[in-house]
Amino acid sequence: MDFMTLLQILDSSLRLATPLLFACLAGLFSERAGIFDIGLEGKMLAAAFLSAAIAAVYGSVWLGLFAGLMGSLAMAGLHGVASITFRGNQLISGVAINFLASGLTVLIAQSWFSQGGRTPPLSGGGRFQEINLPFADAFSNVPIIGPFYAEVISGHSALVYVALLAVPLSWYVLFRTRFGLRLRAVGENPAAVDTAGVSVIGLRFAAVAICGLLCGFGGVYLSTGLDAGFGREMTAGRGFIALAALIFAKWRPWHALYATFLFGFLQAIALRPDVIEALLGFKVQVQLLKALPYILTVVILAGFVGKAIPPRAGGEAYVKER
Amino acid sequence: MQIMPKWADIFLIPLINLLLAFFISGLVILAIGEDPIAALSLMVEGALGSSYGWGFTLYYATNFIFTGLAVAVAFHASLFNIGGEGQATLGGLGVALICLLVPWPHWTIALLAASVGAAAFGAFWALIPAYLQAKRGSHIVITTIMFNYIAFSLLNYVLVEVLRPAGTMDPASAKFPEATHLPTISDMLNAVGIPFAARTPANVTLIIALVACVAVYYLIWRTKLGYQIRAFGKSEPAAKYAGISSVKITMIAMAISGGLAGLMAINNVMGEAERLVLNSVEGAGFIGIAVALMGRSHPFGVLLASILFGFLYQGGAELALWTSIPRDLIVVIQALVILFTGALDGMVRRPVEQIFLMMRKSGG
Amino acid sequence: MTAPAIELKGISKAFGPVQANKDISIRVMPGTIHGIIGENGAGKSTLMSILYGFYKADSGEIYISGEKTAIPDSQAAIAAGIGMVFQHFKLVENFTVLENVILGAEDGARLATSLGKARKELTRLADEYELNVDPDALIENIGVGMQQRVEILKALYRKADILILDEPTGVLTPAEADHLFRILEGLKAQGKTIILITHKLREIMEVTDTVSVMRRGQMTATVKTSETSPQELAELMVGRKVLLRVDKEPAQPKDKVLEVEKLQVTDSKGVKRLKGISLDVRAGEILGIAGVAGNGQSELLEVLGGTQTATGTIRVNGQEIDLTGKYSDAKSRRKRGIAHVPEDRQREGLIMDFKAWENVAFGYHHDDAYNSGLLMDQTAIKEDAAGKFTRFDVRPDNPMLEAKSFSGGNQQKIVLAREIERNPELLLIGQPTRGVDIGAIEFIHQRIVELRDAGKAILLVSVELEEILSLADRIAVIFDGQMMGERLPSETDEKELGLLMAGMTGQEREAS
Repeated sequence: MDFMTLLQILDSSLRLATPLLFACLAGLFSERAGIFDIGLEGKMLAAAFLSAAIAAVYGSVWLGLFAGLMGSLAMAGLHGVASITFRGNQLISGVAINFLASGLTVLIAQSWFSQGGRTPPLSGGGRFQEINLPFADAFSNVPIIGPFYAEVISGHSALVYVALLAVPLSWYVLFRTRFGLRLRAVGENPAAVDTAGVSVIGLRFAAVAICGLLCGFGGVYLSTGLDAGFGREMTAGRGFIALAALIFAKWRPWHALYATFLFGFLQAIALRPDVIEALLGFKVQVQLLKALPYILTVVILAGFVGKAIPPRAGGEAYVKER
Repeated sequence: MQIMPKWADIFLIPLINLLLAFFISGLVILAIGEDPIAALSLMVEGALGSSYGWGFTLYYATNFIFTGLAVAVAFHASLFNIGGEGQATLGGLGVALICLLVPWPHWTIALLAASVGAAAFGAFWALIPAYLQAKRGSHIVITTIMFNYIAFSLLNYVLVEVLRPAGTMDPASAKFPEATHLPTISDMLNAVGIPFAARTPANVTLIIALVACVAVYYLIWRTKLGYQIRAFGKSEPAAKYAGISSVKITMIAMAISGGLAGLMAINNVMGEAERLVLNSVEGAGFIGIAVALMGRSHPFGVLLASILFGFLYQGGAELALWTSIPRDLIVVIQALVILFTGALDGMVRRPVEQIFLMMRKSGG
Repeated sequence: MTAPAIELKGISKAFGPVQANKDISIRVMPGTIHGIIGENGAGKSTLMSILYGFYKADSGEIYISGEKTAIPDSQAAIAAGIGMVFQHFKLVENFTVLENVILGAEDGARLATSLGKARKELTRLADEYELNVDPDALIENIGVGMQQRVEILKALYRKADILILDEPTGVLTPAEADHLFRILEGLKAQGKTIILITHKLREIMEVTDTVSVMRRGQMTATVKTSETSPQELAELMVGRKVLLRVDKEPAQPKDKVLEVEKLQVTDSKGVKRLKGISLDVRAGEILGIAGVAGNGQSELLEVLGGTQTATGTIRVNGQEIDLTGKYSDAKSRRKRGIAHVPEDRQREGLIMDFKAWENVAFGYHHDDAYNSGLLMDQTAIKEDAAGKFTRFDVRPDNPMLEAKSFSGGNQQKIVLAREIERNPELLLIGQPTRGVDIGAIEFIHQRIVELRDAGKAILLVSVELEEILSLADRIAVIFDGQMMGERLPSETDEKELGLLMAGMTGQEREAS
């Protein structure tokens, strides 16, 4: 494997890691506040569809972005109502949201575009364009760092950089602000927050809303950045892989970046049978390559997580006790 | 202190939940420019209006009984098995191997062997996540979902590379031999002189499904194993205090769950398709979640919910045929049923409890 | 005349059909310590939760310093100058002391400013009230006594003038409790008003100025502490004359049933919970383990009951039992004649969602008497349950109800009936009367003594010193996973045991 191939793989790793990173940070906010969310998948799917659909109709990716965020936020609101207001089972609510998104997206896509549950392909202003960072060309002659900067760091759509910026921002919000302190407290011991005179419900809804927004960005990136249009079930389990990454990252923002980049790298490798063949010396079945990210998710969950202690009040609705 | 009478808990609440889910579904149909009332009557006509419709409705219901029972058994152990889809896929593989590799003399023996094969393959596919949960603490919801994706790739590989007959392009196995074909409900009823539409897929597996309901009832509420599964599901520390092994119960409950999901394959693979194709499960594994929730994890409830979803499935197919409403409407209805009966249960329960409380007070 | 710091008028509160508080009125004068005493479930905690805005009263009025005040939520209570130290601390375990103190009372959105200010304030409060804690320690790494101080600091940081403490000494050694009372005296001297909720008569007599007695949701009396006696308060609490001591003959110990040697337990975090303890229990005697909660007595019960692995040696009737592996589970323990009434009956001893009759077979579901062929014999289990209900006077006398619909005392009777009627060689019993009303306490104590007199060995673990002193034939004191020594009840007292429970051996005491 030569240097350019490595750069290409790293470049697509970053692209593939971006939706995972958004979803992982989304799950991070939700679970840190004590709300389990296996509906990341559904929220991303809803955002992917709505952004592509609106972008296709109006030719503006920005309108699409807005629509996608709103769609994901609505799904998040539903999860909030079910699991916070009515204290429903959070896993079941998440499952319902996944199916709801899966069914509604295709249903509406079919009703609007009649293209077998897809949106029309996006082009031009309907997509996020790649941004070439300053000096990418100027530095490209510098050995190693130059091409790395030009190929891997530069040349992505804006949302990739948003995702990368979201990491330090999430860290700052969670660990350096009053809101973050309260949010983490409500995921560990909601009674402590309640008796301190702060609304548990308000905090949890805020966390769920942030989760919705971040999932929205992830979904929008899928259909308007990574791909050019929406396709049936295009999230392909990314919401669940993000959850696995979240456990792997032990609910920490910087580790979420590393974990999702690892998963992105695995997905990128799986897309390059030629590289795998060259590395291993034999041909690997295409079906095995397709299954590889899922298998590795299981392997990582089973083998390498070590002892991961989730937020203590996770998954339980808050009830004042006598 | 019981606030509500038992009948309200078992029938009234699920009924209200269901009506809410249907109401929203109606709004969805309205939103895509179709008439919900016309759609409903088309569904009823198409699914229940003729023995032809019933032949399909019962066929689908048979699938859902198995996957619904699968989810229900796991629920009793407080395990959320979202892997019914993958377990049923593997069950199909087991059925295909048994039907194709052994020259069976008669369908009865073939059915017996195929059942064992289907259950064993399904159970095996559930046992890996179960083991990882019990021994490694891997979240069973995530691992069972991953195993759905992996099962799909595995089946793809087996069909394309191993079972596909030479010279064909389809990713599908060869037709199963004649001797393994199962009698349909129509065959059986016609034989005793009751007319029933031919060329409908409901088959003898329905009877096995009903037997499975009874068996699961006895397993959960009458046997020592069921007692231990329920105790473990209600309280893990208490189970430990009583000497009930969490590893053992997790493995056994998931094996039974996966086995039931796998058993579905004798209906769709052996009974209907008579060969193994890609995506033969068609989401039945997921519908099992809605069915189990609606049926309150009780076999009789699962049976009723399965018939309801059989109706929705067949009705939905009719809709797709005659209107511009795609079959994906079923997924939406299924999602809404899960949402209202599962996650938003409290929304209905609390006001209903208040009403009963007021009635009791005013009644003295 | 000064207005009362707090005045409650006609407070009532119902939870569904249960009337938790009924027309309650009290006045607490500023700068006093007011005790509220009553049995479990008398409504004390509910009343204080209303005062703290945790629940909304159905009717009634609250006056703070003479002004009518509405307290719809905790925020309002804090604003009215009320601070509360709950029985179960409301602390975030993996936060530091400082973070816990500022939570909800931060200055501005940035954390750094709040933390800086709080650190100074904390130092000042610590000096003023002798409340020393390390502000940067994690809550999970400090002892319960320290955690309680953090709770008090939280209230003071929020400028509370009225401090409510709900059962504050349940987790403390007698020495720690005395220290707490000194802190409370100090707060009183500074003009703070303190409400102390407890079910321990000794504390009321020692520290309060006035005391109110609650029974079944009603306030039965309010008296000056100096003008009453423990006997009178006990009668007011229960509504009849009570026996404060257990009637029993001297023990007739026979052969050793249980022998424990060098038992060690390391928990999942790698912390040593038992550091090589040895003890034995003979047939026909009750060995009481005294100690403050969290010093290893729970682990001792767990190892013996088969829910915790360990190293060392345990013999039952001379035969060694497995401490690790397949045969160290609870099922194997029961086969060896060990019955176990666990410390937390709602978490371990019962399946709260199961019917009571199903719970009667819990742990013994393998018993041939409960099974016929492949199925469990429901008729046999129900019959057995009905008999146990009668013999143990469980109320309501209906085994078809779910376990959660019984009161704490009746739940305990169900567990006790199940374990005692197995006629075990050795009975392990943890916190037999926690959350149990006085009437049931007498009954439960009698049954334990009867089992002893039938020649069985009993290992009793309790954090209630009074219970240990009146029930046990020998007392072993546990501290930090080690045995501090054994005493006979007739030759010791609460004071000596208290020092042992705090980890002070005889020599140290003489030196100090």
